[in-house]
Amino acid sequence: MLLRSLGEPSVGRATHTPHQRPGRRPTWLTTLLGFVAAFVAILAVNGTAVAQNGDETVGGTMRAKDESGENVFVEGVEFSVVDVDGNEVGTATTDADGVWLVELPGPGVYSVLLDTETLQGFELRNPDKNPLTGVEVQPSTNKNTLFPLGERVLEESNSIRAVQLFVDGIKLGMIIAMCAIGLSLIYGTTGLTNFAHGEMVTFGAMTAYVFHVTWQLDFLGTWMTSLAFGAIMAVLFAGIAGGLFNRFVWKPLRNRGASLISALVVSIGLSIFFRYVFLYQFGGRAGFYRDYRIGQQVEFFGLFTMLRKDIFIVVFSALVLVGIGTALSRTRVGKAMRAVSDNRDLAESSGIDVEQVIRYVWIVGSALAGLGGVLFGLTENINWEMGFRLLLLMFAGVTLGGLGTAYGALLGSIIAGVFIQMSTLVIPGDMKNVGALMALIIILLVRPQGLLGRAERIG
Amino acid sequence: MDWGSIIESLFRGLIGESFIVFALAAIGLNLHFGYTGLLNFGQAVFMAAGAYGLAMMVATIGPAANRNFGWDLSESTLFWLGIFVGVVVFPVVFALIMGIPTLRLRADYLAIVTIAVAEIFRIVVRSPTPSIKKWTNSSDGLTGFSGTFYDMSPFSTQDRYLFNLFTGNQMFLVIVGWGVLAIGATICWLLVRSPWGRVLKAIREDEDAARSLGKNAYSYKMQALILGGVFGAVGGMIRAIGFSVAQPDNFITDVTFFVWVALILGGAGKVLAPIVGASLVYGLLNFSDTFLREGVAAEVIPESIMTGTQVGQVRFMLMGLGLALLAAFRPQGIFGNKEEMALDDR
Repeated sequence: MLLRSLGEPSVGRATHTPHQRPGRRPTWLTTLLGFVAAFVAILAVNGTAVAQNGDETVGGTMRAKDESGENVFVEGVEFSVVDVDGNEVGTATTDADGVWLVELPGPGVYSVLLDTETLQGFELRNPDKNPLTGVEVQPSTNKNTLFPLGERVLEESNSIRAVQLFVDGIKLGMIIAMCAIGLSLIYGTTGLTNFAHGEMVTFGAMTAYVFHVTWQLDFLGTWMTSLAFGAIMAVLFAGIAGGLFNRFVWKPLRNRGASLISALVVSIGLSIFFRYVFLYQFGGRAGFYRDYRIGQQVEFFGLFTMLRKDIFIVVFSALVLVGIGTALSRTRVGKAMRAVSDNRDLAESSGIDVEQVIRYVWIVGSALAGLGGVLFGLTENINWEMGFRLLLLMFAGVTLGGLGTAYGALLGSIIAGVFIQMSTLVIPGDMKNVGALMALIIILLVRPQGLLGRAERIG
Repeated sequence: MDWGSIIESLFRGLIGESFIVFALAAIGLNLHFGYTGLLNFGQAVFMAAGAYGLAMMVATIGPAANRNFGWDLSESTLFWLGIFVGVVVFPVVFALIMGIPTLRLRADYLAIVTIAVAEIFRIVVRSPTPSIKKWTNSSDGLTGFSGTFYDMSPFSTQDRYLFNLFTGNQMFLVIVGWGVLAIGATICWLLVRSPWGRVLKAIREDEDAARSLGKNAYSYKMQALILGGVFGAVGGMIRAIGFSVAQPDNFITDVTFFVWVALILGGAGKVLAPIVGASLVYGLLNFSDTFLREGVAAEVIPESIMTGTQVGQVRFMLMGLGLALLAAFRPQGIFGNKEEMALDDR
């Protein structure tokens, strides 16, 4: 229909037509059996993996600025949690990182009381919001509560705030870009809009979490080693997973001549499936890497401040992205990827092994998504639907830059990241993603092929 | 294990409120996808439009209008106005927002934009910003709009009906729902065999051919998007009345995917497909849900494999797996015709 008449590369245009391929039924059966086996295995290993806490929790982090304006975490603050009938269900005291957590008997509405005697000299910014009432906890989630401390930070001037948001936006944009390159290249080479790409991001973040937090595989006596090791494993596993998906799901589908739309629906099905597998295993809470709470800030020219880890993230992602850019323009495989993206038939007739290129795209794209997941987990938190949330921003970035183009994904994602952060100058922070999604719709109205796309790709 | 409650929940799934809601939404999606070939992955936002159109009219917009303009609209007037707003005004607005940028573009752009619009609506509605919360009450959602509906119920709230399956209010909702569903399916059946419906199918099969015969494909696609959205809104409204609350998290993106599973299981492009599909999906889901829950409660399934809260997550896994396997192995569903079905090889 619509799709094919526009001359896009089609998943269906593979080397085999459905009726010529002997023994294809066993391939499907293998795939099906593989799924069932994986499903059973996932259910069986439950409880041994990362689910450590109870299902519903309430907690928070107590932080404040000390006399020198340095971020500090307040230790020894006591909390008690009371249910609707007035029964105390638990108490907690903040640890050295200012973190407290109370496990709850079940979902429901609670109120949280902070013992002001234990505040170590700080004062609550909103004393009338203690106790905090009507704290609604959904099933299997961690509810974060906020008790802001100390003097309210003086309202910064808008121009200073804009610089800060711009820097934050660049950071977010680079993470989106890292995840989105694979999405864009997979689209370019196979025509598949892969809705399950976000789950690769979550997979990466959680793989690193298992090595870094659950098993704490530190060597040389520092947490950094286990995080680095976890990140390497995340990249490795995500790459392998991407390769396996291509081999056992997408390649058989291409060989069977499945339409792009059924492939798209398959990817949506896989996305739901794995999202809930993550929820099943990880629970609804938010996880943090162990260095998440390190709050040393570095100030730049009096204009903006960055946490040390954020500086690392920005520098590291910049290096990775430049590396990817160079690889795409200089190496044989990179050039082949862009060639297949650009015009599959032409690439194939000039002797490029398209299937091999697609395999590399899946492996590299998924590995990058896994790495992006680790970095995203470092800046925010790790939860079961982080990838799906990021997926919509990836779509925004990729569409902005031009669907199917590699450099477009880079450029568009960074613009999307900056746009998301800077939009909080005019709209409330909890709606900042709305800005990016609106921008996506507006871009489609004005320049549907994106910034770097060519008009005839869209029709 | 209590087999009585397992069987009961199976039947509730086959004929109950969820079946009605998702069958209506799937009829709408069938018009979008089955007949016109539009990849709408934001059916949840149309459902939310129905729910919030009614809820906001009765609970926030109506009272505010009464206060500010000195009108004196009664709750039942507002209820009927709300039905109009929820079924017509909101879905048309959303369809225009989704359709104008994307209906001229390739089908997968519509998929992305529809998901985006659904997320935008959900994020905005659940925002705690005071100027928005005033109208939508954030993530707690709006209540107090279903009274007029249940006041019309002839059933006693004390008794249970239909082999103890439903309370009085539920029975009334379900009977009204069946009526609406029957009317909706008839309308859909009449529409798709009309000349208008044939143009839709022509666009699905080959848009260029339809255009070259002088049909304004863009306009027809927009009409289909609006009409299918209206069906979704009716479904969402019934869902909100059933829960007596319009809450943003009842309309997450996964809701859309449930509608897709129902449609594809039945077989897109067939009038009865959404109804049979939704019934089977909810029958199977309720069955597996209660079965597992009972199994966990009776400790037939050990705690180390599955806890009570995890049962709810298994239903989504089954849903996702089912959708992927259906799309891969039987894209035409139960009734569909492989040659006609756009989802498959073309």
